[in-house]
Amino acid sequence: MSQFRGKAISWELTNGVIEVALHREPCNEIGSQSLEELEHLASSLPALEQQAHALIFYSRLGCGFSAGGDLRELYRGMQAMERKAALAGLREFHQRIHHVMNTFDASPLTTIAAVHGIVFGGGLELSLVCDLIIADKTARFCFPELRLGIIPGFGGIPRLKRDLGNAVVRDLILTGRSFNATKAQQIGLVSQVVAEGEALRVARATAAQLGKFDRTTAAAAKKFAKPIPYDELRQEIDVVCELYASPAVEAALKKFVESTDAQPYLP
Amino acid sequence: MPTEIRTLNEILDLAAAQFKVPREKLSPDDDFFKALKIDSLQALSLLTRLEQHFNVELPDYELQGVSDFRTLAERIQARL
Repeated sequence: MSQFRGKAISWELTNGVIEVALHREPCNEIGSQSLEELEHLASSLPALEQQAHALIFYSRLGCGFSAGGDLRELYRGMQAMERKAALAGLREFHQRIHHVMNTFDASPLTTIAAVHGIVFGGGLELSLVCDLIIADKTARFCFPELRLGIIPGFGGIPRLKRDLGNAVVRDLILTGRSFNATKAQQIGLVSQVVAEGEALRVARATAAQLGKFDRTTAAAAKKFAKPIPYDELRQEIDVVCELYASPAVEAALKKFVESTDAQPYLP
Repeated sequence: MPTEIRTLNEILDLAAAQFKVPREKLSPDDDFFKALKIDSLQALSLLTRLEQHFNVELPDYELQGVSDFRTLAERIQARL
């Protein structure tokens, strides 16, 4: 299928480039709907890869790329189930999202995240599976999970450790602070910073350049340059699920979901 | 003009332009959430713009509890 229109994501294959648009209001929170559609994309990739050399993720929403996991859906789900069943559901969700992220990470396509505005938590983790991140000047990145008593659960720490220096990783995770595109480029997270509204155009131009190279060679280079930390990713699921079992996390989620504070996203 | 006042005025100018609020309606001691009618995500977008303009890095935890332009200017001034 060279094109798909979903409720959370849509994609289209044109001139060897798969463009995946995120468009779930209010800010591309990743919940069960997004996961199902990302799984559909992941299972469609082997066929798409026969006709493509690059894949671009971008957001059609003004707020930004993605605010991360859908904490409201998560909290409602936890409330609606027995504790044991809720924790089992959480583990299943994380195993499924890891499978999807690992599929994108391992794809022989060259993958690009074209980001702007909010790139938080799971949204940042989706960017991290991509080979290149192109950010416009409005982009703001953050791993705020520690505020909730958890750690990033969609592969964040293992992929940060793969890509960045460990001191930087500790700073970003342990302080939970947000940072702009210039800082993201300084620490090596972002490969290009562009003017407001230009990320997708530059990503398309980059993808067009990538199309000039032999695919087998490009895929071999990617595999060599970007090993996937499978053991640590599996460990992450265990640690996240263990942390979710703490009553403090449920209390923190409740506080976040029910907050009328004007600054719930500020750590 | 003292540097602090200039910083404050530049913040007010940038905030007014970004959120399309008449500059004359903004005062240093206004609560910027209310005066600009913005939420926390939009506040982060303002922070991003201010960091670029002043060429500083301002960890957002330093802004915890800060909601008026004057204190925001003090935090930025401390990084210049």
